[in-house]
Amino acid sequence: MTISNSERFAQRDYSVQPSIDYSDYRSTILRHPKHKLVALPQSMADVCGPAFGHMPLGEHDNDMIINYAKAGESAIGERIMVHGQVLDQSARPVPDVLIEVWQANAGGRYRHKNDGYQAPLDPNFAGCGRCVTDGEGRYSFRTIRPGPYPWPNGGNDWRPAHIHFSIFGSGFAQRLITQMYFEGDPHVAICPIVQAVNDERAVDQLVARLDMANSIPMDLRAYRFDLVLRGPASTFFENKLEGN
Amino acid sequence: MDPLDIRRTRAAQTNTKTPLRETASQTAGPYVHIGCLPSFAGICGIYSQDLVDNGLDVGSTPINIVGSVLDGEGALCNDVMLEFWHADEFGKYQNGHWRRTGTNLESGLYDIQTTMPGSVQDEHGNVLAPFINVWITARGINIGLLTRVYFPQFQALNDHDPHLKLIDIERRHTLIASIVETSTNDEYRFDIHLQGQKETVFFDV
Repeated sequence: MTISNSERFAQRDYSVQPSIDYSDYRSTILRHPKHKLVALPQSMADVCGPAFGHMPLGEHDNDMIINYAKAGESAIGERIMVHGQVLDQSARPVPDVLIEVWQANAGGRYRHKNDGYQAPLDPNFAGCGRCVTDGEGRYSFRTIRPGPYPWPNGGNDWRPAHIHFSIFGSGFAQRLITQMYFEGDPHVAICPIVQAVNDERAVDQLVARLDMANSIPMDLRAYRFDLVLRGPASTFFENKLEGN
Repeated sequence: MDPLDIRRTRAAQTNTKTPLRETASQTAGPYVHIGCLPSFAGICGIYSQDLVDNGLDVGSTPINIVGSVLDGEGALCNDVMLEFWHADEFGKYQNGHWRRTGTNLESGLYDIQTTMPGSVQDEHGNVLAPFINVWITARGINIGLLTRVYFPQFQALNDHDPHLKLIDIERRHTLIASIVETSTNDEYRFDIHLQGQKETVFFDV
């Protein structure tokens, strides 16, 4: 079965992706392949993907302020709403795709047996949530703003405040895991995990913007974070034909 | 609607403005299970169960795949999340099977139950050897790694497979699972070496 250029995804642009061998991020040293990736032609495996857009979600799956809290209580920290749109590279919305998010609490502590950082756990917070994009590719979830935290990397390294995002697209080749950072955080410029991306615009695309227009007075602030997944190969061919 | 029909409909809506840049990948980090496998990480009560498969029947050919993920010094990586994606027993991705699991924090082993995929045809009508796509994320992995599991009993198909032929001949074996003889079920062993002498082949699609 032939796959056309409008179904096939554009080749990945590795100049906007992190270097896999980045010794300032110590864990990459022994975990990156040294052989070049073998280029494969795309097939149905890559343009099709599992679809979770219509799976039943719990009422509070997208609300980390209360989804692990005792009745009537809520997580401690800065109440925020995070929202945005998932687009592909041709600027078309990606509807009905699953987004899963996870993060540390307000003090920078993760609810995970391997995190021994001295900031305490919040009994009303787990830092796990999910949502699905709507017909326009839009998503939103509520949470508390995570704190920066120190991590063992051979020195005095602190992660910027961040929320981890896992996104499915319509095809498995679009599958992406990334991290969202917050506007104005001085740790973004000095974090080796962020700086493995050697392109200023690409780093900036990971930084969420304060969005006061969507804040709720006396309740929460909003941050806007859009995501771009791989788009159809034809977008690029058409531009070439136009002499772009 | 057939997934390929959905893609064709959307293809017709393609616009021709300057392409956007794909969002950069970042490592999933050591706590990926909190978001993607919370019960596995000991966080219970948020979702009724972890999202570990896409709910399709395993049909008449159930299989089990077990293995470990090792780093450049041969050490077990016990903080990995893996996803498996493959055609159904008839070779169709419209009813493709998806699985998700983590390596066990103590043993370092992953273990999935799925179904043997059927052969798929490529765009030239060649019959491809059956395979399962595997996507691997963890701390120290900045962009998800993509590999494939092939099966030893399909040697003739494997030897003529147009995708396997794109790989240097001395590295192709890294993608062939072994049959676990001691098991009563159809069980396979597939270890993934992120780096080193036995480095697994990883793909760019």
